[in-house]
Amino acid sequence: MPISESDVLDVARLARVHVDAQELSKIADDLSNILDLVESMNAVDTESVVPMAHPLDMSQPLREDEITEDERRDEWQTLAPSTQDGLYLVPKVIE
Amino acid sequence: MNNGWEAVIGLEIHAQLATRSKIFSGAPTAFGAEPNRQACLIDLGFPGVLPILNAKALRMAVMFGLAIGARIAPRSIFARKNYFYPDLPKGYQISQYELPVVEGGAIDIEIEDGSTRSIGITRAHLEEDAGKSLHDAFPGRTGIDLNRAGVPLLEIVSEPDMRSPAEAVAFMRSVHALVRHLGICDGNMQEGSFRCDANISVRRVGDERLGTRTELKNINSFRFVERAATGEIERQIDLLEGGGVVIQQTRLYDARSDTTRAMRSKEEANDYRYFPDPDLLPVRITPSDIDRIRAALPELPAARKKRLVDTYDLDEKDAGRLTTDPSVADYYEAILKAGRFQTGPAKLTANWILGELTAALHREDRDILDCPIPASSFATLIARIDDGTLSGKMAKTVFDAMWAGEGEPDDIIEARGLAQISDSNALEALADKVIEDYPEQVSQYLSGKEKVFGFLVGQVMKASRGQADPKRINEILRRKLSDASE
Repeated sequence: MPISESDVLDVARLARVHVDAQELSKIADDLSNILDLVESMNAVDTESVVPMAHPLDMSQPLREDEITEDERRDEWQTLAPSTQDGLYLVPKVIE
Repeated sequence: MNNGWEAVIGLEIHAQLATRSKIFSGAPTAFGAEPNRQACLIDLGFPGVLPILNAKALRMAVMFGLAIGARIAPRSIFARKNYFYPDLPKGYQISQYELPVVEGGAIDIEIEDGSTRSIGITRAHLEEDAGKSLHDAFPGRTGIDLNRAGVPLLEIVSEPDMRSPAEAVAFMRSVHALVRHLGICDGNMQEGSFRCDANISVRRVGDERLGTRTELKNINSFRFVERAATGEIERQIDLLEGGGVVIQQTRLYDARSDTTRAMRSKEEANDYRYFPDPDLLPVRITPSDIDRIRAALPELPAARKKRLVDTYDLDEKDAGRLTTDPSVADYYEAILKAGRFQTGPAKLTANWILGELTAALHREDRDILDCPIPASSFATLIARIDDGTLSGKMAKTVFDAMWAGEGEPDDIIEARGLAQISDSNALEALADKVIEDYPEQVSQYLSGKEKVFGFLVGQVMKASRGQADPKRINEILRRKLSDASE
């Protein structure tokens, strides 16, 4: 499945990844090759196979609805670049 | 109604599940905490943490599914919904995409003409809420509070089965009553525990194809659903009639201006790239889990309403209003139980709850759960009206005193000398006195002027200082006057 340069730019934008213009064609080729490899699996009949959601053949353990976490805001906030009045501050987001 | 146009509406309702801790962490979910005091490392999206599903949140989703006759998935999958926003610390929201917990089912709504319609449910899935962004508090900055991040939500997606804003409201109300009866959501819309998005399109009546839809976000009250949908339907019809086209887009509803505006197209160029979350294993629900949960389901609003109608002969509308909020229905039934009431007083009780009590609660913006009048006292009040001790007007006075915390109705009646004069001799004497004092009116009445009768009753009431039962005065006066005419 061929991936165009504009597909690469779209995916890069969604992932917030910067791609240099001169890299575009190489990345497009690499991604196309990867998808071609995956596509070769379409030749296999998977009609009776349940799609795998997880490599482990186990089911999700559950936890009881109990409060187990201590309140440690001040500690966690020492790692943040900017906080005020208990809030994390980020560059202005316009809605 | 809209000049040959028909609206098609589907809703997505987010109900916050009433758990103590978050869906994937042991941090608390209580509303109103100081910013970020309830956000632990899992909620903050730190590297290396592992989400573990809250058993109660899962059970609540299954309860909802069983209540609407849906299929409960024996195996369901959590997926990552990827997008970037500062109040989403991980860069993805854990949600469900393929294989949600609940699929199918239906909810009945009651429409204005009293008939019911069944609204299909596409699916209901579990997901975590995002945090909250505060855009106005700091110049040039946005403040982020992650207390809400990781709070469990049940997203309930309807089929596009509604045909008017009124039906959309009715659906939202039905779901609201249902989740509250199930005890899985507190339904508090001011606090955002119950909110919805609406998908809306219009088409020519008779057209099978759906028109292009828009999605309205940000709706957090029943009134706003109706207003936002009405405005959007008009906007689309105007566009189409003017030769324009509806563009598929997300629009934000602004309650203050009562208008919607389009979000910028870049904001909605979303491609969430869902994929199964490798941190979470498939969730298995066995038939015996389902049986256990089904056995513990409480009575649902529709069944409760029907029982009230059948047992106490209430009219459908009153029974519907009483069962909208399960706490109100509980209070009502506690009164009936305390007073051992049957049909008559049960209807009287319904009138008082839906009238005086609701008005008083509304006036002070109080919930029925902190109603100052115990059910047993309310039952005594109703009994005193029913046995003729209190007139409606006196009962209102007693009610006000009870509301103000003055104690039991019988004590209030005694302290204020409020009981109706029930002594027949006393009433007869008052009636005799009035007949004697107003011979002219009596003879007018006897010559056929029925209107004068009201005047005579009024005089007896006045003589009793309002403490006589008007019905009994009526009887006594009629009897005495017919005796006089012979």
